[in-house]
Amino acid sequence: MEQTKLNELKQIAAKIRLGVLEGVHAAASGHPGGSLSIADIMAYLYFEELNVRADEPNWADRDRFVLSKGHTAPALYAALALKGFFPESELSKLRHVDSFLQGHPDMKGTPGVDMSTGSLGLGFSTACGMALAAKIDGKDYRTYTIVGDGESEEGQIWEAAMFASHYKLDNLCLIVDWNGLQIDGTVAEVMNPTPHDKKLEAFGFHVISIDGHDLEQIAAAFAEAKTVKGKPTAIIAKTIKGKGVSFMEDQVGWHGSAPNDEQYEKAVVEIKAAM
Amino acid sequence: MAEKIATREAYGNALAEFGSDYDFVVLDADLAAATKTAIFKKKFPERFFDCGIAEGNMMCVAAGLAAAGKPVFASSFAMFAAGRAFEQIRNSIGYPHLNVKIGATHAGITVGEDGATHQCLEDIALMRSIPGMVIVNPADAVEARAAVKAALEYNGPMYLRFGRLAVPVFNDPDNYSFELGKGICLKDGSDVTIVATGVMVDMAIKASELLAAKGISARVINIHTIKPLDKEIILKAAAETGAIVTAEEHNIIGGLGSAVAEAVCEGTPVPVLRVGTNDCYGHSGKVPPLLEMYGLTPENIAAKAEAAIALKK
Repeated sequence: MEQTKLNELKQIAAKIRLGVLEGVHAAASGHPGGSLSIADIMAYLYFEELNVRADEPNWADRDRFVLSKGHTAPALYAALALKGFFPESELSKLRHVDSFLQGHPDMKGTPGVDMSTGSLGLGFSTACGMALAAKIDGKDYRTYTIVGDGESEEGQIWEAAMFASHYKLDNLCLIVDWNGLQIDGTVAEVMNPTPHDKKLEAFGFHVISIDGHDLEQIAAAFAEAKTVKGKPTAIIAKTIKGKGVSFMEDQVGWHGSAPNDEQYEKAVVEIKAAM
Repeated sequence: MAEKIATREAYGNALAEFGSDYDFVVLDADLAAATKTAIFKKKFPERFFDCGIAEGNMMCVAAGLAAAGKPVFASSFAMFAAGRAFEQIRNSIGYPHLNVKIGATHAGITVGEDGATHQCLEDIALMRSIPGMVIVNPADAVEARAAVKAALEYNGPMYLRFGRLAVPVFNDPDNYSFELGKGICLKDGSDVTIVATGVMVDMAIKASELLAAKGISARVINIHTIKPLDKEIILKAAAETGAIVTAEEHNIIGGLGSAVAEAVCEGTPVPVLRVGTNDCYGHSGKVPPLLEMYGLTPENIAAKAEAAIALKK
């Protein structure tokens, strides 16, 4: 990747993180940890990978994106706003009663959201349906979905994995945000889904393991996924929950709690300093 | 004697019949031979997708297909469609109001020998509680075919309830007219109204004949669309006959009886008595003794009608 492009994407990822913090702080609720862990992947998806049109959100041939781990909607909203689907000023209305930015993604209310999600385990299956629709209609668009590591404890994730493999959905790309933490503790302590890569391979996926904060690795993984035929691809992205904010990184407590004013200011300073 | 056809059979036939004129796909969860979607599969194999024994995934796959512009029928037994996959239907189909038709077969006690785990008596209650969900429960093969056509013409989530048992075809295919959300007055009457749905409609007609022999004039209304309910025909019947009996192959809690009682209480309060399973589970057995056991008979409907009349002020 060219250095200018790399720098540009890093800036966008930082802006997504700022958008996440702004929304969660303004709402005084939400899920900053898992939103920050996917910020780099979201930056690459919306500013490099996805063929979407901000001025035509329902364009029939667009690539589809399903945030199966719907509680990290703040990262999706920030990416959509930066991409121009709606004004960035909307981000501060997250979770407010007069806003279209619901606590979890709502495809009916928010431009650019392809599927309503939030109940864990459901989004991946809906992405399978979209990928199947493309196959039936002979269309070239691809479908991407981000699933959490904790979310992978849901049985339906493996029903969907079976389905994607059975119907050879090579136009489907699963991204697992492996940040290692869930509400009750570490994923390893609560209900360990490892070896995640081996399991997905056994289910028939082409599996690529990467550092989910390294944009060049992210770029290479998505490029490789497009070359895989006859089977779906899973990108297992090792990430750090709360990435970019020192006191949130790898802390279970920041899964679903919002920063106070002081913490918010400190977090913003850290993100901006890294830009 | 009228020809007997299961509404599930009519469902499968209708999917195959309309497959040429309408662009849709069909999903099933390893029950195609029983839900009769196999009839569609045979004719349009490229538009049929078996999801295996994974109903939750199937409903969400259906949602994804619909979100990408593909109308879809997703089929399983009522127990595993409305029951197992309730939350998937609620969150992935209902909430985004997607164009998914849930073709649920083997509803009710007439499943017979398979028994309680497979006799879904709660599906109408579950589906009624989902905002925007349309619920259609056809009474015979003619109505089932018409319901499938109406489903294809309607853009939004719909739950279609079909039975396993072959039941009499009492509607005339040449003159039958189906309008979504509109009840059908099958027989006029002035003393009491029997409001029935699904397989109980034929029994309601028989009950009205038993009542007629006693000099009681019973109106019979077929409610094929349980949601949205045709309040107009119900309230008119309440006002004109002063007493109502509901009949359904479903728990008396949350189904047609509840829907009618709610409408009547809010609109034109008159006595409403409900025939259905009385807050209990099913049982294995041949269908005739099961129907006797659970009071799903013309005789019980007629007895309840007399009781409702006695409650009039």
